[in-house]
Amino acid sequence: MTTLNIAELAAVTKRFGKVVALDDFSLAIQPGELLALLGPNGAGKTTAISLLLGLSRPDKGSARLFGLAPESMTARRQIGVMLQEAALIPELRVAEQIELVAAYYPDPMPVPQVLALTGLAPLSRRPYGKLSSGQKRQVQFAIALVGRPRLLFLDEPTVGLDIQSREFVWAALRRLIAEGCSIVLTTHYLEEAEALADRVAVIAKGRLIATGTVDEMRALVVRKRITCRTCLRAEDLRRWPDVQTVASDQHGLHITASNTESVVRRLLAADEDLDGLEVASAGLAEAFTELTQEVR
Amino acid sequence: MQAAVGTPNPRPWRAYAIEAKFESLRMLRSPAFAGPFLLLPAALYLLFAVVLFGPALAKDPKTILFMFMGFSIVGVMGPGMFGFGIVVATERDQGLLQLRRALPAPLSAWLVAMMLMSMFFVAIIMGSMAAVAPLGHLHLPGMQLLGISLVCILGSTPFCALGFFIGSLASAKSAPAFVNLLYLPMIYLSGILFPLPRSADWIAHLSPAYHLDQIVLTVIGVPHAGNPWIHVAQLAAVAVAFTVLAARRITRWA
Repeated sequence: MTTLNIAELAAVTKRFGKVVALDDFSLAIQPGELLALLGPNGAGKTTAISLLLGLSRPDKGSARLFGLAPESMTARRQIGVMLQEAALIPELRVAEQIELVAAYYPDPMPVPQVLALTGLAPLSRRPYGKLSSGQKRQVQFAIALVGRPRLLFLDEPTVGLDIQSREFVWAALRRLIAEGCSIVLTTHYLEEAEALADRVAVIAKGRLIATGTVDEMRALVVRKRITCRTCLRAEDLRRWPDVQTVASDQHGLHITASNTESVVRRLLAADEDLDGLEVASAGLAEAFTELTQEVR
Repeated sequence: MQAAVGTPNPRPWRAYAIEAKFESLRMLRSPAFAGPFLLLPAALYLLFAVVLFGPALAKDPKTILFMFMGFSIVGVMGPGMFGFGIVVATERDQGLLQLRRALPAPLSAWLVAMMLMSMFFVAIIMGSMAAVAPLGHLHLPGMQLLGISLVCILGSTPFCALGFFIGSLASAKSAPAFVNLLYLPMIYLSGILFPLPRSADWIAHLSPAYHLDQIVLTVIGVPHAGNPWIHVAQLAAVAVAFTVLAARRITRWA
């Protein structure tokens, strides 16, 4: 069965002078998924987005959007874009900015609907130049939605937003996904990726180092953390099978283990007075840190 | 890979109309930006042709016409060169141009909107020049004023192209300086305000302002230099060449 990808980078390499921004990099976006692109600064996330948007061309490999060259108007009429650094026209009001971008699309949402969806209705007559930085991001989000895109590119969409505005954005994204829209999200907020993403792709030094669901990414970092107060000695525990690290502080021992269950059973058997037992899974943040550290 | 099912925009003209509407709103809402272009030509005409040299020029209709034409063409140059130059450079710097490129926004709609705005400004300038002309004892028939205005409005195109080109090269901060670097020498070296010595005639021929001046003189039936169609061709060449260069620059691949 053929996988239907609505956007694809196939073995692309992109250099800027001597810097290799992307190195034999492949990525596919499937219909209806929210893909979070994660990576440290300079990893190549923006370059990947730029190639998919047709703003730059790969030195090697190919970029396709809906099976077409990304710069084709037919492909672009099906996408919405929120770039990280794009100031809109300061003299135009919020509703006017949305109306302007709506004119580029064949079947845009009505402006009042976009204002309601993004929580911008109270600001509709406010000039863009007089908005706070968070409100400006909301307007940029609104213009990304107005064309009823099948694929939405969002570069750090919630930077500078207050909690309520971020909730509006998250709710809007969940609604779009439910309606079948695909989303490519780059974010530094790992909890955002954890809350929204169907799939995560981790990029470092221009290479795709891991991709999968949030749970699969967590599983890549198979460790779990065990915290407890015990009379057992740290140096003895380090020799146990499945134990990876042991550290102690005033709260007790902190153990990371690949097979938590067997370690916990052995701990309880070895120390009947053991208390304060806590077991926690590694989060996406830990998975991200470990994965990206490996390529540094 | 899934095949594209995108529908064509059923109302492509709408992008042009909306761009033009919002470009005009943007300019009307920033009077400090447009004010100097609009006021300068008529103000200079009033200063030189009325206040400073009014009585002397009253007996010299040729010079007053020369002055009127010169300041009118200074007015034609401003909106295109400064308007395009600064707006394009600013949009480039602030990432708006990058966003436009990523959206299904036709570049031509944006260019046409800015060009129409420049032409609208030139129309206002020509209206103000027509209004103050009699104060300097210049009495041109209505049809001649209309002819001059139409030529000047159309003649703003090469200056828009020059501004577009500067905007595609310069940063927002340096664009005004670069525009002035071209604008001020062009005023002086085109011979539209000060007659040049014969030995410097060739410099004037390099300037679109000189060619526009000769076309306007042709329209009102005053002696002029060269074949008017050659002047038209030279202005068209400047407009096309600099528009193409600038468009290639701002749409080039990163």
